[in-house]
Amino acid sequence: MLNNQVSKQTTKRDARSARPVPFPWRNWIGVIPFFIFVFLFILLPSITLLTGAFRDNAGKLTLSNFVGLLDPSIINAYWVTIKISLASAVGGGVLGFLMAYAVTIGKLPTSVRNTLMTFSGVASNFAGVPLAFAFIATLGRTGLVTVLLKNILGLNLYDQGFSLYSFWGLTLTYMYFQFPLMVLVITSALDGLKNEWSEAAENLGAGKSLYWRKVALPILMPSILGSMILLFGNAFGAYATAYSLTGGFINLITIVIGSQIKGDVLYNPGLGYALAVGMIIVMAAMMAIYYSLRRRSERWLRL
Amino acid sequence: MKRRSFWSWVWIVLGSLYFILPLYSTFDFSLREKKGVLSFLSYKNVFIDPNFWDTIGFSLEIAIFTIIVSILLVVPTVYWIRLRLPQLRGILEFISMLPFVIPAIVLVFGMIRVFSGAPFFLTDTYFGTYALLVAGYVVLALPYVFRAVDTGLAAIDVVSLTQAAQSLGANFGTILIRLIFPNLKVAILSSAFLTLATVVGEYTIASFLVGIKAFGPYMSLIGQNKTYESSSLAIISFMFTWSFMGLIQLLSRGKAASTSLAGAR
Amino acid sequence: MDFLSLTNLSKTFGAATAVEDFNLDVEKGEFVSLLGPSGCGKTTTLRMIAGFELPSTGKITVDGEDITNQPPNQRNVGMVFQSYALFPNLTIGQNIGFGLEVRKMPKPDIQKRTLEMLELVHLEKHINKYPYQLSGGQQQRIALARALAISPRVLLLDEPLSALDAKIRVELRLEIRRIQQTMAITTIYVTHDQEEALSLSDRVVVMSQGHIEQIGAPTDIYNDPSTEFVAQFVGQLNMIPVTEVDLRKGTCILAGQRVKFEPSPNQIISSEPRLAIRPEELHLGTGEGRNALQGRVESVQFLGSVVRLRVHVDSAIFSADLFNERRITLPRAGDEVVISFPEQSCWLI
Repeated sequence: MLNNQVSKQTTKRDARSARPVPFPWRNWIGVIPFFIFVFLFILLPSITLLTGAFRDNAGKLTLSNFVGLLDPSIINAYWVTIKISLASAVGGGVLGFLMAYAVTIGKLPTSVRNTLMTFSGVASNFAGVPLAFAFIATLGRTGLVTVLLKNILGLNLYDQGFSLYSFWGLTLTYMYFQFPLMVLVITSALDGLKNEWSEAAENLGAGKSLYWRKVALPILMPSILGSMILLFGNAFGAYATAYSLTGGFINLITIVIGSQIKGDVLYNPGLGYALAVGMIIVMAAMMAIYYSLRRRSERWLRL
Repeated sequence: MKRRSFWSWVWIVLGSLYFILPLYSTFDFSLREKKGVLSFLSYKNVFIDPNFWDTIGFSLEIAIFTIIVSILLVVPTVYWIRLRLPQLRGILEFISMLPFVIPAIVLVFGMIRVFSGAPFFLTDTYFGTYALLVAGYVVLALPYVFRAVDTGLAAIDVVSLTQAAQSLGANFGTILIRLIFPNLKVAILSSAFLTLATVVGEYTIASFLVGIKAFGPYMSLIGQNKTYESSSLAIISFMFTWSFMGLIQLLSRGKAASTSLAGAR
Repeated sequence: MDFLSLTNLSKTFGAATAVEDFNLDVEKGEFVSLLGPSGCGKTTTLRMIAGFELPSTGKITVDGEDITNQPPNQRNVGMVFQSYALFPNLTIGQNIGFGLEVRKMPKPDIQKRTLEMLELVHLEKHINKYPYQLSGGQQQRIALARALAISPRVLLLDEPLSALDAKIRVELRLEIRRIQQTMAITTIYVTHDQEEALSLSDRVVVMSQGHIEQIGAPTDIYNDPSTEFVAQFVGQLNMIPVTEVDLRKGTCILAGQRVKFEPSPNQIISSEPRLAIRPEELHLGTGEGRNALQGRVESVQFLGSVVRLRVHVDSAIFSADLFNERRITLPRAGDEVVISFPEQSCWLI
């Protein structure tokens, strides 16, 4: 993608040089501060992690740090992180989609829609420490919902193997900011679904279910998948919520990286670098898929 | 028709429950510090704690610096690229999405590695550490600040406006201050509020750089020691987010949806 | 027996009446346009035929069958939308085959029919492309092919050309008429563009504010408008206040000069009588047996094939269209001129 940009840029600049530009270098002055900032605070840290990942403690080139990633506890951390991210992305994605559907195609009053959008803006940004507190008060051992379920239905969640501080608890907590995010990103796609498409399908003899199966869902699929990938990345990189909820006692990649930074346990800087690089790779892959899906859905929905 | 709107209501109610239940539980819990009666004691305890005011003041200050730096960094750049270097737009968009690829925990890891040692030694001084914190937050805010400013500038014809101003004798400083910034008022204000909402309670970067000086780590510390106060803090912090997001909604009437996406925290 | 009949059709949305007491009978193979300004109810009428709106009162029959309350997907009427409404996730071929697939037609037959339709609109080589890869005009031709593929009983077109460029609009107009005639399909065409309606249709229905103003062949609509609305909406029209109308003699006073006109049989004199005349009926200079008026040129607008003059006759302003000729000598603003017109070209409103 970057290569592509660069080549486009050179051809454009060639075309431009046909016109007299007295001081071409002056064109670049305006963007220099920004690119210096980007270099210092985005590129340099990333490059440091990347080069660090290929060096041992003595500074020699090595792949041993990546071999360290194959440690069962690290593999387990990746696995747990992926599981939680996937579950919260799918759960939050489905709920968010249904809510967005309700206020767009479901024809609920605009006031409901506006309220939902505001609430989603708030809730998608309500993450981290306070969110953890809120869920402890809700689904913790003495949380309101836990107690209510026990008193009314006689259902003791914690006897059933549920714990707020493990897979399901964390997934439910993440979903609190996941589903509003889904609402925010999927609504425009649902808005893009033209009324005429459903009318045209009906006019050609199709019923509602056939229309959804053959037209609406295929059109929406790239957006739905793309949004869920965004949610996945959102959960994959989350640290504050998980850390405050579990006090660091859950084996997530972000938590492992955190303890590497602090130098707590089994301090091994090279491994920390490799973990971080692995994380960037996963996130970059997610974003690449997200963008290619988004491009496709934009092409369709713009018609 | 009837049935369709029935299911629509079901999903809305279900989602609303998910949204409200934790808030209600937290609020309920925060009132129970005194045995047997409902009271605002835990709120009082929070408000009389000087650390609460110190940390929130500190985080607000950092947030304000973050806003100033990101606006000063992003607005002229996006303007300039639209005006003179449209071929760089793709790269700029790509850069603005990088914070999604680099989670906060990885970013702070890299920043500590780069700036704590030679040749920068930023973490050796308070000023350096704070500057690093601000820089980290500017990176986190980059995606939505860029998007807000970019859509704001797309709405006005930057090239013709600039040429008109130039033909009337204005220089670039005047153009930026008199033309570009005023036209971006909504974009700037809404990204400022979003920055406030995300930065004030931020935990990941703050905890590694400044520890309990900042509001996020302070909340975390309270959570480890005081159960009821942590609930009232969650409610207070929610109010914060709520009021900032409400202000954004008021400013841009629903348009904020596309700009209010922050990265993983 | 009429093929498509709309009887006493009306549609209200809450307190607003969109269509009122609409009656129209269309013969098999006829091309009828609904013409009117936006909000006149023409699209609502079309959507009632398609089944997207249910009429508040009245009846719709096709070939003797009452379809008033039939769901849209069982009516077998083809519709072409203003925005094309091609399914973006399906190829051109799949779009055209969609309706046939719904009807559970065997695959080879679908294939065959799709190709036929593509040939009809001359887009055979695009069968495997996606809609976004085609131009607007091509997309609309595909939409037409898709609507026709199901061999509909009636073809409905809702302003199909208004999203297109002027040039393509004219091109596609001819194409629509050609296809309609080869397939001899009963067609209802909604438009706000009088040129489209006049050039395409066997009959034109002029609508305003939910009711029919006039139904007639294009020439009737243009030359014998039955209401003031039709006269003004279709084509350009000079309407000049007159006094001292004498219906028996067919004379009146216009700007102080006596003018003759041809009174229609049941003519009545309104409180503000006006003489109506089309700009192209006015000529420069006098002629035998013609009304002639002395005036002063206010402006000259050269439009290519036509030159439009604005001429002051006393306080009245005439718009006059002259055909351009290569060696034409045009009057200039301020010139004194005589404009003339035959008495049968004007009528009293």
